[in-house]
Amino acid sequence: MAFSLLLIVVLGATALFFATHLSIPEDRSQRVFAPDLVRRGGELAALGYCASCHTAENGKPFAGGRPLATPFGTLFGTNITPDPKTGIGLYSQAAFARTMRDGIDRAGRDLYPVFPYNHFTRLTDEDLSALYAFLMTRAAVPAQNPANHLTFPYNVRPLLAGWKLLYLDKNPVPRDQTRSAEWNRGRYLVEALSHCGACHTPRDRLGAEIASQHFDSGEAEDWWAPPLNHKFPSPVSWSEESLFNYLRSWDVGHGGAVGPMAPVVAALATVPEQDVRAIAAYVGATLAKPGESEKRVDEKQPQAAEAHPQGAELYAGICATCHETGGHVPFTVTSLGQHTSIYAPDPRNVIHVVLEGVRPPEGTVGAVMPAFADTLSDAQIADIAAYLRARFSRGGEWQNIEAEIARLRRSTSP
Amino acid sequence: MITLNVNGRSRDVDDAPNTPLLYVLRGTLELNGAKFGCGLGQCGACTVVIDGKPVFSCLTPISILQGRKITTLEGLGSEDAPSPLQRAFIEEQAAQCGYCIPGMIMRAHALLTANQSPTDAEIREHMNANLCRCGTHMRILAAINRAAGGMHAAGARAPAKAEEEE
Repeated sequence: MAFSLLLIVVLGATALFFATHLSIPEDRSQRVFAPDLVRRGGELAALGYCASCHTAENGKPFAGGRPLATPFGTLFGTNITPDPKTGIGLYSQAAFARTMRDGIDRAGRDLYPVFPYNHFTRLTDEDLSALYAFLMTRAAVPAQNPANHLTFPYNVRPLLAGWKLLYLDKNPVPRDQTRSAEWNRGRYLVEALSHCGACHTPRDRLGAEIASQHFDSGEAEDWWAPPLNHKFPSPVSWSEESLFNYLRSWDVGHGGAVGPMAPVVAALATVPEQDVRAIAAYVGATLAKPGESEKRVDEKQPQAAEAHPQGAELYAGICATCHETGGHVPFTVTSLGQHTSIYAPDPRNVIHVVLEGVRPPEGTVGAVMPAFADTLSDAQIADIAAYLRARFSRGGEWQNIEAEIARLRRSTSP
Repeated sequence: MITLNVNGRSRDVDDAPNTPLLYVLRGTLELNGAKFGCGLGQCGACTVVIDGKPVFSCLTPISILQGRKITTLEGLGSEDAPSPLQRAFIEEQAAQCGYCIPGMIMRAHALLTANQSPTDAEIREHMNANLCRCGTHMRILAAINRAAGGMHAAGARAPAKAEEEE
């Protein structure tokens, strides 16, 4: 705490020097873009998941308003449609580039790094132009951005200038000549645009991704975001091919994306195949463990049933209907033991899935699982989670499952 | 022996605790309103209302239902005296083959009990879990709207009748 305070004081002092930015003049010119540039911009916007944060639940695309909970308070995705009053309609290309590269809006205000400009700063000029062309040709939606709810001192924007001095690395994504062009392409997409690290890398006390723990696992909207490296805890190994399948729709070994990863996959399903292949090549290389999948038989089933008889009973009466059919139900893997969530350090992801079910994003095909929030009590869900953990994982029992269920019920119910 | 509270009546059943409620309703209690569709909680034909919430009875073992209030289609009204919601389905001719309709009515019943004037978007979102192979969704939506409007106008709480009689 003392360290945080000291840091904040230092940041504050530095900020005074660096927090003064000029506004960039309004651009009211008639903008014309080549159709190909707009199309490519659309693909890049999908690869950067702009719509995920900049679209409210059931809201107009890119019109903002989605609440983003952070340890510092709640911020709202902003309106990035070309509406001149409430959106980015008056942004020149230079203003747009400064926003993406320096985290400074047109008026000169420093932006919070929940907007992942620490990644976007590394985008090429070409890709920035395409993104600008795409966004500026969307339908303008007048929608006022809700005010952020941040606690002191995080609501003092000029402090962000100090944050940037500490953390904003504007160097381009380096090329590794020993790797394939596809791998390098994937590295660029992942690090500059798709910002995988924003969720899959842990953050320090000031909300910056910890570079030395790149892809070691992180947080996404109160879900656990698994490691994307050799720390991946599941015995089911990844290959470039299985990762490609997963990122595109569904993989027979790992199943499909749920929670905050589901819209990511829905977006990646729409972009050119070679972009997703490149991402799979880069992330697949860090994710792959040497050797084959660890062959595990389901040998702990009797002990798990003995330790958690209620859980075993409920599993048999409810879950087994789909999950013990040998994968014959569409979009269902052979065994729940293939799902990464069961190997997580905490039970949040399993709880989310049982409480909320799984529903494919609007307009896509995928797994459907009913929500059990209204059917099962906290104690019953805890029994099922404990049983699954004991049956499949060697990671030890989860703690405080029931309390986590109660907490997640409160935070996810409308 | 498990005691179930179905449509306001206590019913003792001898079925195994793991037995899905749907089988007990249809097989043991001879309440044939709820239908077996997919058996996987994906179609909604088996929907009943438990403690005010729509639930897939095909995926609900009776072991977890002790002391909870179960309402089935039979609890809303009868052929001679249909509930306002059932009447709205008849008036809109919302059924084609009719197989999904009991589940649709029960899911809608849960919505209208909690929210007497839902918007179209709320109705669509709420009914999302139930499928109709014949494609009568537009009439189903119209029936729910009609029921909501009717109740609203009369200030009645008719769909909640089953619960009130308990």
